Amino acid sequence: MIELTINDQVYKVPPGRTILEACREFGIPIRTLCYHPALEPYGGCRLCMVEIAQPGRKPRLATACTYPCEAGLLVWTDSQRVKTSRRLTAELLLATATGAPEIEALARQLGVTTVRYCLPESDACVLCGLCVRACQEIVGVSAIGMIRRGIAKEVSPPFQVASATCIGCGTCVMICPTGVLTLEQITDYHSPHRQLRDGQEVYLDCELCAPQRRIGP
Amino acid sequence: MNRTTHATHDSQAVETGWLRLADIAAFQHWSAELTQAWDESRPCVKVCDGTGCRALGSQKVLSGLRAACQKADLPIPLEIVGTGCPGFCECGPLLTIYPQKISYQKIKPNDVKEIVERTLVGGEIIERLLYTDPLTGEHIHREPDLPFYNKQLRQVLDFNGRIDPTRIEEYVALGGYRALVKALSELEPKQVIDEVKAAGLRGRGGAGFSTGLKWEIARQNIRRTGTGYIICNADEGDPGAFMDRSVMEGNPHSVIEGMLIGAYALGIQDGYVYIRAEYPLAVQNLQTAISQAEEIGLLGEDILGTGFTFHLRVRLGAGAFVCGEETALMASIEGRIGEPRPRPPYPAESGLWGQPTVINNVETWANVPLVIQRGSAAYAAVGTEKSKGTKIFSVVGKINNTGLVEVPMGITLREIIEDIGGGIPNGKRFKAAQLGGPSGGCVPVEHLDVPIDYESLSQLGAIMGSGGMVVADEDTCMVDFARYFMNFTQEESCGKCVPCRVGTKAMLATLERICAGYGEPGDLDYLLEMGQHVRDSSLCGLGQTAPNPVLSTLRYFRDEYEAHILEHRCPAHVCKGLITYSVIAELCTGCMVCLRNCPSDAITGAKQQVHAIDPLRCNRCGMCQSVCKFDAISVN
Amino acid sequence: MPMDVQELFTLIDEEEGGQGSLIAALAAIQERWRYLPPEALLLASARFGVPLSQVYGVATFYNAFSLKPKGRHCLNVCMGTACHVRGSPRVLDRMETKLGVQAGETTRDRQFTLETVNCLGACALGPIVVSDGEYSGQMTPQKVDVLLKHIRRAEEG
Repeated sequence: MIELTINDQVYKVPPGRTILEACREFGIPIRTLCYHPALEPYGGCRLCMVEIAQPGRKPRLATACTYPCEAGLLVWTDSQRVKTSRRLTAELLLATATGAPEIEALARQLGVTTVRYCLPESDACVLCGLCVRACQEIVGVSAIGMIRRGIAKEVSPPFQVASATCIGCGTCVMICPTGVLTLEQITDYHSPHRQLRDGQEVYLDCELCAPQRRIGP
Repeated sequence: MNRTTHATHDSQAVETGWLRLADIAAFQHWSAELTQAWDESRPCVKVCDGTGCRALGSQKVLSGLRAACQKADLPIPLEIVGTGCPGFCECGPLLTIYPQKISYQKIKPNDVKEIVERTLVGGEIIERLLYTDPLTGEHIHREPDLPFYNKQLRQVLDFNGRIDPTRIEEYVALGGYRALVKALSELEPKQVIDEVKAAGLRGRGGAGFSTGLKWEIARQNIRRTGTGYIICNADEGDPGAFMDRSVMEGNPHSVIEGMLIGAYALGIQDGYVYIRAEYPLAVQNLQTAISQAEEIGLLGEDILGTGFTFHLRVRLGAGAFVCGEETALMASIEGRIGEPRPRPPYPAESGLWGQPTVINNVETWANVPLVIQRGSAAYAAVGTEKSKGTKIFSVVGKINNTGLVEVPMGITLREIIEDIGGGIPNGKRFKAAQLGGPSGGCVPVEHLDVPIDYESLSQLGAIMGSGGMVVADEDTCMVDFARYFMNFTQEESCGKCVPCRVGTKAMLATLERICAGYGEPGDLDYLLEMGQHVRDSSLCGLGQTAPNPVLSTLRYFRDEYEAHILEHRCPAHVCKGLITYSVIAELCTGCMVCLRNCPSDAITGAKQQVHAIDPLRCNRCGMCQSVCKFDAISVN
Repeated sequence: MPMDVQELFTLIDEEEGGQGSLIAALAAIQERWRYLPPEALLLASARFGVPLSQVYGVATFYNAFSLKPKGRHCLNVCMGTACHVRGSPRVLDRMETKLGVQAGETTRDRQFTLETVNCLGACALGPIVVSDGEYSGQMTPQKVDVLLKHIRRAEEG
């Protein structure tokens, strides 16, 4: 077992755990956005930032979802430095994700009061990559990917036309944290999952896949 | 041993025609023979044929010389050799005549005829082609006397300018590959690593991590997994830096030898050189060197019969600065997009295809043979206590002697700028030197005496970086300078993490507003706060260092920022939104050249009458200033 | 655009299998046809066993690749630091004005593609413009006009 200190308390974890996994196990809250237990850690949103220090070394910031638990590691999940980092990241997120109530709520909770810079055109996609990663790692189809780079990066099927390989499972839609992704953006294929309930479109299990569904919150 | 006729310089693979060396004894015999036959003073003409001089016509000079020498009535037959870049780029194309070592500079193809007739045949020196010392007015005849080389200590760049990089035998004649043989025959792999550690060699890519320590950690992992890789990071992306390019063009075997020694020390069989596609000559010379080394038996299976096998492959970059970051580089070699991944795990533990991997910069690899050849003690005799050896810098910008310099660690910045660089042109004042390009910070005039070593520079908020040194003078706007770098990093951001993807854009937008004249009082606090955030929270080195130029210029040149924002003024007269172009009435001859060339039709005036620029139509393109022969356009 | 599919097969086949060779294969195609036709990406996906979405991701991530055909003449303006302090932005401005396109674009008649490049390493001659592999140093806005005229004349003559 590995012994490490989180928020001045000593914990023991089996080897191979990340700081985030350890915190989740012990009920220590850490905010995440691009993390999902069924997917490889991505380290993209930077919201799960914690302050770490090896004994005798200067503390620095690291993402809890990727950093492994090490013997003797000191971790602080709610220091001033961590709070500032999360707030500024949230402010930047909000600058790029307009019309996303989930992001606005997140930002408010993390202490964002004003957004000092706004991207001229943006939608509610925060480029967390959950949709792309789920399609690749779990569904195994890779119908969508990230195209371009930097601020121009976006999620798209190849050639930005309807995907020929999408199977319409709707996993990407269900996993999207802001609800901006729709199946129309990806394929012409009519998914058996998409149904109308009370005039609203929802994604539900179909009889074929209900027993095998592995995606959870 | 017979040799096939040396093909033209442009051919892709130059066959050596040598027989494959069966064992170490065969190599030593061959090496001794070549060294014996090598005559540094043999009559020849060496012309710099690096990319810089090629851009100025060195290829035409070379072909012109060869043709003219064949026809001319020379006292003795002369060899015409194209070499790598010796570093004195400001005065290129460069030419040195042996044995007298007469150095001619700024050669044009038209000068060839005169050089052949007057100097090569007639033995006469052509004064106008000599270097003139700007201070004393003295003509310098001999290459070793050029003040540019005075304070340099050229260890890595030694062979540049001396050998033809497409001929392995010249590298061997000067002692090449002896370090490899010494390692293979006299040292255990662990001893090689100990030597590299003891020498104090630190990564020359910018981070300055102990090379020996990195190898030591990796070796433990490689022994565990049974496999691993070494990589040479030749993706030199810093704008204004071309040290690595010149080493690869001018002395590629030094890198190959370094990697061979490293592979031996680490117990590795496969290596890659990841090199920018924008360096076609370096790629070509490297590939030639690799195939020659393979042909001779110094690379590949069972090297020199010792059982040591090492395969070296070349992988080209595809135009992404972020691929200079080691995890993005490995992703690119794996055929994926160049997105960095979080560390830990570090490449020494899990790198290329999940295997332990050692990545080092070109200059680091080129230093390795020197460490083994001379021994760690001799190597460590150069430099300071914590920064050993030499560093190559590309000194560019507002400096008299633009070019590559190699200096011992510990030399002061002032010595580089004034003694080697020759000071600032046109009598202007030095303002700052930016070290480390888009990842680095500036050193202002009050710190000109800082010694060049890793620790001293980082205390000033600057970094050693990979070697780019851009000099700014009083006419350089430091806000525009910071904006330029932020524009670069923002464009090159991979986009994976929020702080870099959005933060650099936010900082750039703010800087652009300030340079356009729309800065607001809160902007400086925002730049500071967001800059520190991007630095502390980004996923990789690109984002973590992108704010450095901004933070550094804010630290030392806050007054310039404030002038832009509060006084609506650009003190250096650079930022378009804050300057006006006007005609100097006393100097204007009314020639109408500027009027005709103005793209915005902003200039009015008749022949022989003083012209006027309408500030409302003028878009500050600078065309008028560019075409005016009378210096009658002023900017303020 | 008419394209020899057999040649495309050969180019891709020259690289060793495995995703590691994907970028080298795309680079060879880019050099041959001055862009990456959609067929090339589909073929590469099949050949190297990489999902099309990832191949397309690679094709759009790296600056060296272009999904649209480039012009007959490639003009690269060096925007390296040394060239920048010596006035390359003005040179670029002039190019954009004279050609009527922004950096990264191709003129409508497909004669010119204007691009910026980050440091060619020939800093002593800045600002530099590379046209079809030929370097022109110490460029000024005025010399831009001369250069363009030169290229146009050469094409006509």
